[in-house]
Amino acid sequence: MEGLSPEEWTAVRLSLKVASVAMAASLAPGIAIAFLLERGRFWGRQALDVLVHLPLVLPPVVVGWFLLIGFGRRGPIGAFLAEHFGIVFSFRWTGAALACAIMGFPLLVRAIRLSIAAVDRKLEDAAGTLGANPTWVFAVVTLPLIVPGIIAGMVLSFAKAMGEFGATITFVSNIPGETQTIPTAIYAYTQVPGGEGGALRLTLVSIAISILALWLSEWLARRARRRIHG
Amino acid sequence: MILDVDIRHEQGAFSLQTRFRSDGKLTALFGPSGSGKTTLVNAIGGLVRPDHGRIVVKERVLVDTKADVFVPKHRRRIGYVFQEARLFPHLNVRQNLLFGRFFTPRRERRASFDHVVGLLGIGHLLARRPSTLSGGERQRVAIGRALLADPQLLLMDEPLASLDEARKAEIYPYIERLRDEGGVPIVLVSHSVAEIARLATSIVVLSEGRVAASGPAAEILRHTSLFAQTGLAEAGALIEAKVLRHEDAFGLTVLQAGAGLLTVPRLERPAGTRLRVRLRARDIILSLRKPEGLSALNVLPGVISSIEDAEGASMDVQLDCGGDRLVARVTRKSVAELGLTPGLPIHAIIKSIAFDPEAVADTRPGTM
Repeated sequence: MEGLSPEEWTAVRLSLKVASVAMAASLAPGIAIAFLLERGRFWGRQALDVLVHLPLVLPPVVVGWFLLIGFGRRGPIGAFLAEHFGIVFSFRWTGAALACAIMGFPLLVRAIRLSIAAVDRKLEDAAGTLGANPTWVFAVVTLPLIVPGIIAGMVLSFAKAMGEFGATITFVSNIPGETQTIPTAIYAYTQVPGGEGGALRLTLVSIAISILALWLSEWLARRARRRIHG
Repeated sequence: MILDVDIRHEQGAFSLQTRFRSDGKLTALFGPSGSGKTTLVNAIGGLVRPDHGRIVVKERVLVDTKADVFVPKHRRRIGYVFQEARLFPHLNVRQNLLFGRFFTPRRERRASFDHVVGLLGIGHLLARRPSTLSGGERQRVAIGRALLADPQLLLMDEPLASLDEARKAEIYPYIERLRDEGGVPIVLVSHSVAEIARLATSIVVLSEGRVAASGPAAEILRHTSLFAQTGLAEAGALIEAKVLRHEDAFGLTVLQAGAGLLTVPRLERPAGTRLRVRLRARDIILSLRKPEGLSALNVLPGVISSIEDAEGASMDVQLDCGGDRLVARVTRKSVAELGLTPGLPIHAIIKSIAFDPEAVADTRPGTM
């Protein structure tokens, strides 16, 4: 079995880029939304909860289609962003990252939300009596305590992004070098005669990346837990 | 006047209506469980927002519902030492101690780190993690942490309740030194007569959310009837148990009693040793259902054998837990609300820390 072809390397690099950007970009909003959902008492919380979880239950193709309508060149959001900020999603790798971020978002939020629920509020009260205002309490007590949950959420989001297919291919198609990620490249290989070798190579790479990510997250989470619990 | 409190507050079915002033160096809030002591200190510390009333500490109005004044807890400059220490698990002892100092304006930092560390004898612990400390060490660090935030007033909510007698004896001198140095006035919540007799300069006796008496310690302590009235007789059950195993990772020991497994702070006794364990009636909580998500480690299923009147509003519920007879002191109200009646299956919940190793004595089989 030979090594990866340049096109395959491109797909691997693109996948890693898309997944990393999707994970990084959804982190801050993910923490904020998890906090709102877990601690917030506001009108429309239920609706927000449902909205965040929709990508988990909707067919990915449907999410992709919504993105196409909303963020496409002529979509209301897409046109606005392109005109005012020069950000274009349709048929670009950024669009793939957006699709992956949205598909992974519920997983990220769920993991972080669980860890927020596990934080002992009494520790936050104690920090308050020591003079820390709510923002400081969050920064120096709550946030460090939920790091293991954040790591778990990031890994889930990354893994989801590495495997995302339906929303990506619907929204940004399958353009080699621009939007062709590992899953869409494997799919393309299976559609042509003699593509088995390429499909197998990319499958192996995909497995290797997944195992590496899982191992890395375990290691990080162990370190974080040790930091918290001594 | 150091402390001037006049508040009314409803919390579920419980109503707190207290009015007292104190100028003592160490004011003890004394009363049985459920008398409103913790709600009261929480109101002073800013953790509870009272429905009505005023709280003034050293001439500073912290709460005045009429004038719509409510100073949030982080601006009160009131130190709070909690029953369970509440040290930050992700910080070491030094970082815990310096936590409040970081939020204290520079010109108001009077407490010296070295002085406080020396006063509490915690210099050798600075690099350690809270999880590696003993209960007594944790409370000393918690006291130090509160002091180093330069509070105007120090609240202590039964800071010694989770400690055994030996650890208590270890901490009393530190509290006495704190009181006698006169730096920070202290409000101490306690339900131990011995404790307040030793530490208090002023006493406020609470009973069912009302102030039953308040004044200088010597004067209040003479009225023993006040204490009888608060129902603090030490009813309790004595049961026999065997050391089953030690859980070193958690510093716990598991005992086998007729009633089931009991988890207690680590006892330095080999597995197989037979012991007597005293379970005080007031340390047992009753639940109709098997509770979940509870920090207490010991939940024993049993059946109510009888219910007897105790002092005041409380009743003693006698339990049969697998042949072991336990007694739980609960309020008359709980008996009515839970529909407690002989023959009813019930779960007795005992906090592991309620075990008093002083009351644990080696015993041979058949001596009980």
